Amino acid sequence: MSDHKTMTLTLIVWRQKNANDPGKFETYSAKNITEHHSFLEMLDVVNEDLINDGKEPIVFDHDCREGICGMCSQVINGAPHGGQDRTTVCQLHMRKFKDGDTIYIEPWRARAFPIIKDLIVDRTALDKIIQAGGYTSCHTGGAPDANSILIPKPIAEEATDAAECIGCGACVAGCPNGAAMLFTSAKVSQLALLPQGKIEAAARVKNMTSTMIECGFGNCTNHYECQAACPKGVNVKFIARMNREFIKAQFA
Amino acid sequence: MILDGKCPTGPIEQSWDKHRFDLKLVNPANKRKYNIIVVGTGLAGGAAAASLGELGYNVQAFCYQDSPRRAHSIAAQGGINAAKNYPSDGDSIMRLMYDTIKGGDFRAREADVWRLSQVSNNIIDQCVAQGVPFGRDYAGYLDNRSFGGAQVSRTFYSRGETGQQLLLGAYSAISRQIKLGTVKMYNRREMLDLVVVDGVARGITCRNLISGEIESYAADAVCLCTGGYVNVFYLSTNAKGCSVTASWKAAKKGAFFANPCYTQIHPTCIPQAGEYQSKLTLMSESLRNDGRIWVPKKKEDVGKRPDQIPEEDRDYYLERKYPSFGNLAPRDISSRSAKEQCDEGRGVGPGGRGVYLDYADSIKRLSEKIICERYGNLFEMYERITDDNAYKTPMRIYPAPHYSMGGLWVDYNLMSNIPGLFVLGEANFSVHGANRLGASALMQGLSDGYFVIPYTIGGYLTTVKPGAVKTDHAEFKKSAEDVSTTTKKLLSINGKRTVTEFHRELGKIMWNNVGMARSKESLTEAIKQIPKIRDEFWNNVKVTGSGAELNQQLENAGRVADFLEFGELLARDALHREESCGGHFRVEHQLPDGEAKRNDADFSYVGAWEFKGVGKEPELHKEPLKFETIHLAVRSYK
Repeated sequence: MSDHKTMTLTLIVWRQKNANDPGKFETYSAKNITEHHSFLEMLDVVNEDLINDGKEPIVFDHDCREGICGMCSQVINGAPHGGQDRTTVCQLHMRKFKDGDTIYIEPWRARAFPIIKDLIVDRTALDKIIQAGGYTSCHTGGAPDANSILIPKPIAEEATDAAECIGCGACVAGCPNGAAMLFTSAKVSQLALLPQGKIEAAARVKNMTSTMIECGFGNCTNHYECQAACPKGVNVKFIARMNREFIKAQFA
Repeated sequence: MILDGKCPTGPIEQSWDKHRFDLKLVNPANKRKYNIIVVGTGLAGGAAAASLGELGYNVQAFCYQDSPRRAHSIAAQGGINAAKNYPSDGDSIMRLMYDTIKGGDFRAREADVWRLSQVSNNIIDQCVAQGVPFGRDYAGYLDNRSFGGAQVSRTFYSRGETGQQLLLGAYSAISRQIKLGTVKMYNRREMLDLVVVDGVARGITCRNLISGEIESYAADAVCLCTGGYVNVFYLSTNAKGCSVTASWKAAKKGAFFANPCYTQIHPTCIPQAGEYQSKLTLMSESLRNDGRIWVPKKKEDVGKRPDQIPEEDRDYYLERKYPSFGNLAPRDISSRSAKEQCDEGRGVGPGGRGVYLDYADSIKRLSEKIICERYGNLFEMYERITDDNAYKTPMRIYPAPHYSMGGLWVDYNLMSNIPGLFVLGEANFSVHGANRLGASALMQGLSDGYFVIPYTIGGYLTTVKPGAVKTDHAEFKKSAEDVSTTTKKLLSINGKRTVTEFHRELGKIMWNNVGMARSKESLTEAIKQIPKIRDEFWNNVKVTGSGAELNQQLENAGRVADFLEFGELLARDALHREESCGGHFRVEHQLPDGEAKRNDADFSYVGAWEFKGVGKEPELHKEPLKFETIHLAVRSYK
């Protein structure tokens, strides 16, 4: 254990009082950080120092701190979630940084995600996309016995790959077009693959993609930055599947 | 007062069906006249809001996160139980009920557990219809895995992320209702008070976490689905935002708090690395199937690398103490034993808070490939957090607070003692008794939300006139003023210590004195110390910023203030319960082999506490527990 070794880092952090404030970068020093601190625990330390100095701490979204709720959302040195493969900000650890490093921390930046304060953005646009059709219209109660719907294992596995999406929005933040194609395609594909979801597949893909555009998300131009940013490794092949579903829906 | 759970009488097998028939129905055309508030959008809240909206009620749903999809149900890994008996290995509704009652150490209500077991099968059907991708076999049928406390394979799962997939199923259901307009969703709202008018729950007071505005919402019934309270220990496996606040505000308005001392400490979590640590991460209990748990025999060896400690200097203490069960000893025993080893100075890793979980023998026996197939994702998660490769060096694990079996008291209809206030999921006390079995939390949340509340709330609503109280009522104004006053007070103290410092201090006292092993001395000490921290908090806490904006310090300050009151109640309940049962272990009451020693003659009851004022002794009310179907027996897994 090398707990005795600590790092000092320079943080350049986006501060913005509210949605109307133009916002600017501020510089802070993070001291006494060990390699075992998670990135958010490093920010906790900085915030405790700020509070003790009578200054406003940096606000950022976070909740489960185990990489599954999708709440944390920071662009670190230009990469959503910090660029470590399949890792959310809350699971990023300071051993990935060196003593003396300068770290830039910004919120998700996309037209469809207005900034609320500092590093917190409004992601309700993603909820709107799901509300447009990210479900099967089954009623509570009255479902048939679960084993009356047989699903080949490879299909179930592929649907689960798509269902891994945690809705954090890193794909949007990573995309040069601010597109939510990976997010939308993950849900479209999960349900289009499964027999339970096929019945409404055509209406679903139409409604979800049109809502995506209404919400101000861009389109896909095959940069694959979304897949690189995705902490759950959701694959761009689902975008291709969504496009196929979309074309199919035109003839449905 | 002797509390009555209003459970149906007669044969248990017909109890829920009979009760459903006896419940009065709300006319379909009248449903839209009723407003229902649902606080929290986890498995219980999400399922309830979606189902009630679909029935035609006007639902207003609230969550503190930015989306209903983020509730901490999402973090559950292992699976969800159901009595489907698909593997044909002898399962039945009665067996699931038996396992749950026994696992809970005979401190739960039989009728509630029967109902849970009965509807468990509907849950799986429902979730499959929603498109939840459960694990399947190569013939396309649903697959099952085994879990602790059961001799049948009844756990349905979706990789190591069952909670996520079930929650997203409920989220999709609620999203559909939001689109249809039957559910109105309020994100980033925190409930800070329950509004009670003439003894009846009529609404809630919230803080809008973006604007800071204090908002009032009226309804004909309020459902709290606000989860558990183990963040009272500061470090736990819960999300950072999980708190007792909603339940505690209701308790302060007269709702009884039942069995707060029943908390579950999970044995396989990644140990704390330093003082700065903000949360603990759980790894699925399945890890214990192939790992051997040990600590160095000699204290002077704890600083050595594990490979420098020869076999004869290792103490495989679970195998030594519990030869028949070994490393698969029940959760409470495993957790307590780990703490004992560490308290004796033989713990490993930073601060001596850890024991080894060693895969070397299994890798030798089965190959690294097989271990990777079974636990690869957990080894990966472990490495991401600790930077250690568990294929090469033993994992370090330590117990962590994980789940609260206690919660607000409810009757069979899930209604608290305040008419109109319903409590669902982990927030109530109803089915897990003194200990919850693995894969049963998801089952309860969805059972309450999809299959219980849609029936029982109707029975209540037929007795009230819709829209009788509006937010212009004096009680709503008073509640909003009270919330504003507390907010202003927190901001005006401007002391010297941060909110987190107080939370950590409370957590240490709770963990050391009210944690895995409790004694009269430790509990008395906690009851003495907690009010001191509380007093200092209200005189010396420092909360920056204002109330009229997004202010996370202020949010957290309110939650910690409530934990500082609630922690004392938890300790008092633990002190009064002179027995050991499930997750509540009193060192004075144990069998010679270290197992919990229950006292059925004096404590076979639900202890429900009535709040009497901060710093004042609460009043205990009892609901006697009767065991007519499953007979009282000493819990043994040997």
